[in-house]
Amino acid sequence: MSPETRAVQAAVFSTQHSGLVTQYAMRWGVIIFPGSCDDQDVFDSLKVDLRQTVKFLWHKDELAGNYDCIVLPGGFSYGDYLRCGAMARFSPIMQGVVKFARSGGLVLGICNGFQILCESGLLPGALVRNAGLQFVCQQVHLRVEETDTPFTGAVKKGQVLKMPVKHGEGCYYADPQTLEGLHRNRQILLRYVDVKGRATTAANPNGSLENIAGICNKKRNVFGLMPHPEVACSRLLGSEDGAQIFHSIAAARTDRAKLHG
Amino acid sequence: MAKVQAKNFPQPAVTPELVASHGITPDEYQKIMKALGREPNYTELGVFSVMWSEHCSYKSSRSYLKNLPTEGPHVLQGPGENAGIVDIGGGLAVAFKMESHNHPSFIEPYQGAATGVGGILRDIFTMGARPIASLNSLRFGSIAHPRTRYLLSGVVAGIGGYGNCIGVPTVGGECFFDECYNANILVNAFNLGIVKKRQIFTGIAKGVDNPVMYVGSKTGRDGIHGATMASEAFSEEKEQRRPTVQVGDPFTEKLLLEACLELMETDYIVGIQDMGAAGLTSSSSEMAGRGGCGIELDLSRVPLREAGMTPYEILLSESQERMLLVARRGSEEAIKKIFDKWDLDAVVIGRVTDDQQFCALWDGEEVARIPIGALTKEAPVYRRPAARPADQDQLQQLDLATVKEPKDLAAAFKQLLGSPNIASKEWIFRQYDHFVRTNTVVAPGADAAVIRVKGTQKGLALTVDGNGRYCYLDPYVGGVLAVAEAARNLACVGARPIGLTDCLNFGSPENPEVMWQFGQVIQGMRDACVAFDIPVVSGNVSFYNETDGTPIYPTPTIGMVGLLDKVQRIVTPWFKSSGDVVVLLGRTREELGGSEYLKWVHGLTRGTPPWIDLKMEQAVQNCCREAIEEQLLSSAHDVSDGGLAVTLAECCIGGPEKPLGVRIERREMIRGDALLFSESQSRIVVSLKEDNVGRLNDLAARHGVPAQVIGIVGGTRFVIQPLLQLPVEELKTIWSTGLTARLK
Repeated sequence: MSPETRAVQAAVFSTQHSGLVTQYAMRWGVIIFPGSCDDQDVFDSLKVDLRQTVKFLWHKDELAGNYDCIVLPGGFSYGDYLRCGAMARFSPIMQGVVKFARSGGLVLGICNGFQILCESGLLPGALVRNAGLQFVCQQVHLRVEETDTPFTGAVKKGQVLKMPVKHGEGCYYADPQTLEGLHRNRQILLRYVDVKGRATTAANPNGSLENIAGICNKKRNVFGLMPHPEVACSRLLGSEDGAQIFHSIAAARTDRAKLHG
Repeated sequence: MAKVQAKNFPQPAVTPELVASHGITPDEYQKIMKALGREPNYTELGVFSVMWSEHCSYKSSRSYLKNLPTEGPHVLQGPGENAGIVDIGGGLAVAFKMESHNHPSFIEPYQGAATGVGGILRDIFTMGARPIASLNSLRFGSIAHPRTRYLLSGVVAGIGGYGNCIGVPTVGGECFFDECYNANILVNAFNLGIVKKRQIFTGIAKGVDNPVMYVGSKTGRDGIHGATMASEAFSEEKEQRRPTVQVGDPFTEKLLLEACLELMETDYIVGIQDMGAAGLTSSSSEMAGRGGCGIELDLSRVPLREAGMTPYEILLSESQERMLLVARRGSEEAIKKIFDKWDLDAVVIGRVTDDQQFCALWDGEEVARIPIGALTKEAPVYRRPAARPADQDQLQQLDLATVKEPKDLAAAFKQLLGSPNIASKEWIFRQYDHFVRTNTVVAPGADAAVIRVKGTQKGLALTVDGNGRYCYLDPYVGGVLAVAEAARNLACVGARPIGLTDCLNFGSPENPEVMWQFGQVIQGMRDACVAFDIPVVSGNVSFYNETDGTPIYPTPTIGMVGLLDKVQRIVTPWFKSSGDVVVLLGRTREELGGSEYLKWVHGLTRGTPPWIDLKMEQAVQNCCREAIEEQLLSSAHDVSDGGLAVTLAECCIGGPEKPLGVRIERREMIRGDALLFSESQSRIVVSLKEDNVGRLNDLAARHGVPAQVIGIVGGTRFVIQPLLQLPVEELKTIWSTGLTARLK
């Protein structure tokens, strides 16, 4: 997609808010782990707000069928009584998800999904207990740091998005070497910022290293973030900024479909 | 697992001491003998003790509760089931209820509060409803009391820990501090679920030989005699009761919730009930009681968590995350398959019989046989003595001439704004997930929370309210005001009340003064409900909230649900734009009795609570609601604790956006502190575009409601001429940090 088309699409999207403008019928799969809480929310936002084709996938099944993007939703998989996501990575479907990701498929992990992706080794680093030691539920502002990814392609670099976080273990941590790699490969996609876009300590809800809210893998096809785009897809709920993440994904897939004719 | 053989499990002899230690009076023991025609054995004694406990039998309150209005054209299920249900049109209904978990939360705050949430959620999904919104009403002792911080932190973490993990949003609530709760905190949990009208389930056992199935967690020794504990006052040694508090497992409950809702899509269920207080005993006997049949349980088939449990312990365990269901014969395997998918136990443990007996077997031997009626509808009912407290008159005396008006009203105002009861509760609700299920239109912090109903244009407004101080000073008026304020909160977002649920928290019913308070509160609630035409569809009574003979203030908390036809039209309490005109609906009087100001600034809990005219209250609410429907308003906020000054400050600083200033001019011929802090009822502060003022005035005139333009939104200062003039940013800081600063 040319920058012009992208801008037009974004404009149409931001004024109409009535579904994604895409010629390509995206196929989304949303995994249900035992203890997933936001599975229905992701499903509803994609299906109702964004008019997408969505299917639930059960964690005990194999990953079968054709999907353009697999979503690991938020929640408390297996109660998160152990380390968050540490059990879910052993769910039968995860083998298929790893294979899907290795072959270039798009994988999006939100909150607990992000934690599972880190535990599975699909994303580097870890999410540990919030610095404040309490569960945090609030609206946050996020600065989009990189746009050459399928997850942020429809957003402007430096643009500030508003959506909520709600987690007890969302403090992103990585050792210096890993962090350096994230910088070198421009894998940090979202940072917590204030309303003016400054990455201050006060704007960081959980003590994440460098205010990191979301990262992708080196190949840029796996994305994990702690904030919840699915809660921010409707004006009634206070923000539509989350839809821009889903919009980016659909747009990227449309491009690829065109490319492959 | 090693089983206890019937012949060798200990059945202590039933002695008068044993009877007394089960909380059964000699009179009640005679009744038991009459019902059985013989002496009960140890197991049966345990069963009677929990079923006849105040908590399960409502023996002191039942004769009063029947005076509450419970019917209405939209009520599908009134009190007596796990939750009440009200029709909201379009084939949908809402199930809701509030329940107390006071005693356990004082003993073990995290688990006590967590299992309170777990219990109320099961009450909702057992009706076939998907829980979509929780609220809670909390009362703690003085913020300065050394235990308060520990209890508050534990309770809030427990509510969040359970609710967040199971994926049900906590969208609102209230929290209040007063010395009267120092030794008896209140934790009242509310939940609402949404259900298709044709898929409502009830707790009924029917059909002889239908299997009785046990689903969910295994049974352990936790919570044995929890119901009995909640039916006694605290004394010094009650902390040793920690083992009677249950331990929650929200993950298992999440699985149970999903499995049950999946099962409810089939036609395999005859009846289903959660195992709450008094566990297996109450669920089975109540289901049989409703169906007019008998029930036979083989306790040796109950899945156990620990070895060596006796029939007595299995019957009385309050282990969490368990449900009992009566299935259609032949559907057992299909049901097991669904629970297998969710990795949960589903075991046939008994059958429905036709002999109207509660019968428990252990390895083929009968260990209990009791007529169902004796455990349910024939349980004792008491009309306990009631007496107006001797000091009530004295308490109500308040000569304002002796209450000196502060020279520095600004200092008094700031003091009040930062007081724990008025200050922002963000520290509490940011620990709760209030977004999950993507329905939350108005999050915690407003007069009422608002959630959308997916697939429709509709919305639901939810609030919990109650003022124990008002009820202490005048329990009748306090009862009226609790209902009135809840309804006013709903009117402020534009919703019409459709039903209420309550938690009635009181001291010991054996104290005639407490019983008098109880009767008066119920009468007040009744009169308000009748006036507003709001049915009471569910609720719970918690007595014995007292320690060493000192009861809490009588504290009814009201959970009220309102319907919005068009959820997009709601307004929130906060000022929106500079230039908007501020109008006060209603009238301010010199009413400082029982006010937050009198308590916090002058240290007085005296006088009579504010006066209320129910007709005027309704007129004000209708006027506000219609103004919202006609989209005249930018904001609407109920005037309550802290009076007009605090309300206006909240309008300026309480919202999610940058604070806005306001300039108010008042010329009332009353004392300055009364003008600012009087808690006169039937008042709402609204703001609107200047162009709409005429239409609002017409509307107010039509309803006979006083409506006065009192000021204008804008600037960076909070001005009430000629009394106050302060920067809004300073107020925001005081209000935002008032609670947290005291928790450090």
